Amino acid sequence: MGKLENRFPDNVFFSTADSLINWGRKSALWPETFGIACCAIEMISAGCSRYDLDRFGIVFRASPRQSDVMIIAGTVTKKFAPVVRRLYDQMPEPRWVIAMGTCAISGGVYNTYAVVQGSELIVPVDVHVPGCPPRPEALMHGFVLLQEQIQRTHVLRRGDPDHAVVS
Amino acid sequence: MGGPNLRERIERRFGGRVRDGGLPDGMQTFLVDPDLVVELCRFFKDDPEFRFDFLSDICGVDHYPEDDRFEVVYHLYSIAFKWRVRIKCRSGDPPKVPSVVGVWRTANWHERETYDMYGIVFEDHPDLRRIYMWDEFEGYPMRKDFPVRGYKDAYNPFGEEKTAAAPSDTGGGER
Repeated sequence: MGKLENRFPDNVFFSTADSLINWGRKSALWPETFGIACCAIEMISAGCSRYDLDRFGIVFRASPRQSDVMIIAGTVTKKFAPVVRRLYDQMPEPRWVIAMGTCAISGGVYNTYAVVQGSELIVPVDVHVPGCPPRPEALMHGFVLLQEQIQRTHVLRRGDPDHAVVS
Repeated sequence: MGGPNLRERIERRFGGRVRDGGLPDGMQTFLVDPDLVVELCRFFKDDPEFRFDFLSDICGVDHYPEDDRFEVVYHLYSIAFKWRVRIKCRSGDPPKVPSVVGVWRTANWHERETYDMYGIVFEDHPDLRRIYMWDEFEGYPMRKDFPVRGYKDAYNPFGEEKTAAAPSDTGGGER
């Protein structure tokens, strides 16, 4: 919320406003249509009718400008790392990142010359979803965790600047 | 695999300059020096009795401690006769092998891949750039003296420390 953040003391009005804003944010998480490797297949099936992420308000968008969430679904090579960073930079705030699968979390089995050893080294990651690849249920669980995290966010209240976003 | 008269025909045409490499994995193999690669490939492709019009693959081999360290392996296929043949070509360090882009156009990307991974320079190649790795990448990752985990940097905290004269960076890199 930019200029409003951390300016006001805690009170009933702001905590109520917070919960409304957070409810709005967590109920319409729009991820980028962005898959890098085999994890993208599970991400796609999570979005299709059998698992149906739409019922959580999670709708895949084809542009980072319209997205809140980036799902890093696959192995991030060093050649591709600048692209991931650029896509993250193009997303409007507030934005979140889910690292999906072992490769995105730590490089996985690809401890080699070509692979980034964890997407945490490129973008700040909010939720790690382990698995190789994670099942769609696991990705859904990751989204639920992200929603819980967003619900705890202080949007308007004054707080410790080091922990301005998440309490 | 290979026509019955393949070996005799090559023997008659090239004499001792093209050596018989036996039948590894059931595929007729010929060993040849770099300066004869293009001539042999063109003969295989254009001769109406062979018509090896499809270049399946070019790949590199690094026999690290040996003298003629590098090897380029060509796999050819004759669509007309359903034959396969393999050509092997050893080269020293720095490795230089003439390009066969003039024979099969598909060799362009195969040779770029081999150059990218092994640093084998294909002379007269129209566009010899890296194809997998980014342009700034240093070294040739499939060489046996290249560290498997690469060199240490911001994205790769487990890589090896870069020494002043890493063996992969010497020789072979310059065009």
